[in-house]
Amino acid sequence: MTVAQSTANPSPQGLPRSPRNSSIRRDAGAGFAFLSPWLVGFVVLTAFPMVASLYLAFTDYDLFRPPSWVGVENFVKLFEDPRFWTSAKVTAIYVLVGTPIKLAAALAVAMLLNMKHRGQGAYRSIFYAPSLIGASVSIAIVWKAMFIDDGIVDRIQQLFGLPAGGWVGDPSKTMPMFVLLAVWTFGAPMVIFLAGLKQIPAELYEAASVDGAGPVRKFWRITIPMLSPVLFFNLLLETIGAFQVFGSAFIISGGTGGPADSTLFYTLYLYIKGFAQFDMGYASAMAWVLVIVVGVITAILFKTSNAWVHYSGDNR
Amino acid sequence: MSDTHIVTPPLSAQAAAAGVPVPASGGSRPAGPVDSSSRQAARRRKGVRSVGFHAFMVVCTIVVLYPAAWMLMSSFKPSNEIIGNISLWSDNFSAANFATALSGIGGVGFWTFFGNSMILAVASVVGVILSSTVAAYAFARIDFPGRGIFFAIMIGTLLLPFHVVIIPQYIMFNELGLVNTFIPLLAPKFLAGEAFFVFLMVQFMRNLPRELDEAARIDGAGHGRIFGSIMLPLMRPAIITSSIFAFIWSWNDFLGPLLYLKKPDLYPLPIALRLYVDQTSVSDYGAQMAMAVLALLPVMLFFILFQRYIVDGVATQGLKG
Repeated sequence: MTVAQSTANPSPQGLPRSPRNSSIRRDAGAGFAFLSPWLVGFVVLTAFPMVASLYLAFTDYDLFRPPSWVGVENFVKLFEDPRFWTSAKVTAIYVLVGTPIKLAAALAVAMLLNMKHRGQGAYRSIFYAPSLIGASVSIAIVWKAMFIDDGIVDRIQQLFGLPAGGWVGDPSKTMPMFVLLAVWTFGAPMVIFLAGLKQIPAELYEAASVDGAGPVRKFWRITIPMLSPVLFFNLLLETIGAFQVFGSAFIISGGTGGPADSTLFYTLYLYIKGFAQFDMGYASAMAWVLVIVVGVITAILFKTSNAWVHYSGDNR
Repeated sequence: MSDTHIVTPPLSAQAAAAGVPVPASGGSRPAGPVDSSSRQAARRRKGVRSVGFHAFMVVCTIVVLYPAAWMLMSSFKPSNEIIGNISLWSDNFSAANFATALSGIGGVGFWTFFGNSMILAVASVVGVILSSTVAAYAFARIDFPGRGIFFAIMIGTLLLPFHVVIIPQYIMFNELGLVNTFIPLLAPKFLAGEAFFVFLMVQFMRNLPRELDEAARIDGAGHGRIFGSIMLPLMRPAIITSSIFAFIWSWNDFLGPLLYLKKPDLYPLPIALRLYVDQTSVSDYGAQMAMAVLALLPVMLFFILFQRYIVDGVATQGLKG
């Protein structure tokens, strides 16, 4: 484990052996003492619930009667449930469309902010601000009010001669509405991209200019490879985050996932199953399917990252 | 092992150019003789580019800020002037919506909701700081068996979709009779359940010079003293950043209170706001907007006061929003 190596500094000035040994022994006690809040939290609030949820996934449980073992029935029901597949599709589209657009916007603006101009700090702060409030109930309400029938988005599309109608009630337009909400919060990955861009040595670009490389070539040959660890970090966190979108979908659809299940995000369906219909065995099965899917995607990202993520220098 | 890579801020160590071969030619072109007219032209070109740049950025700023500005301005407009009104201005501005919003809903006053949000957020900050500094000290400064494995597990929980634990957690807290108390929402904070903060503090602590605690140890200080008297004061920047995010995340949290708080007099603002929207479906948009603004006020205030800490925290630690 690299962590242990990098932190366990060799003792300076060669302290005598025996006190050091005793201090290591004392450290075990102190270590667990300091770690105990986290350890208790991990066991009680994460490890045990995960095992419990795996067990519940194979039971029929409604919170009132004791769970009864049903084997793989929940999973069979799941795969035959059209609403499950709808929720999987809604979430998949959101992840596959929303995340790349959001990251592309974040990278593009970060590159603009990396240019030498005045006021860059102010732009950076302003563009970041929506990330702090984008998932809030307040903004979900605002979004709904803007995209509703006769709302301002409707007015604007009529100005451009497009067919009238709000997006909130139109199943074919609810997804773009959520993608726009996601893109609006491009500031968080943007700030991380910008910090990464500032680490790329200017000499690389100067040398490339001397060699006659244009901006496009520089982008693909210098910026992207040098930024790849940051890109990987953002891609991973934004993807996992996108799988878990809940509050805004709950507010905008009034907790139903409508219209026509077009906003039935996976987590929303899980909530409806578990906490509105009290089908907790089924909801636990859904939760584990989510964990496995996210786990597989994380593993794939890590595997492929060997091919495209360049860690320059020594990996600490 | 690979787990530690992703969340290690890729910016600091790894993205540094340490091992990248830089072509020897460098960028030192001899500055040729330039006559003044072409220098002037260059300056003018630069000026035009700068104007173009700022024009574009100002347009971006307007687009980005518009939804928030629209919410703010709408909260002062009469309800019939809100939907479909692109303009931010109105001749009929008044604070009437705020009076309606402050009068509360369902027999519960606004300040009760506000107080609940505040109690939850402040207690979250206290819990997060206490538990994550202590856990971070164990990870960063103490040698104990299994540290590497525990650290990897801690990082792993960062990536775990938390929906896998909400059902058993709910069952557990329900059995303990703790639904309709703040405990299910605060317990994870006091038990370092938010791995982001532990990770942030570990990263920060690792950069503090080890000589300090070695010296204190030689002087006979135990871990308790080293932690309390040396580490905590030096951790100030990390503690401030964590406090801000712990506050804002708790303030905006929706799923937690939705699950555990079912009595209106326990509602924090986001749940109250949802109740408000459901009950005033007869479209008192003005009051909804006023309530939405009030619910975001502390977050916006924090942002204005601490934007440096917030944005730098995101930049160096990969914290999200």
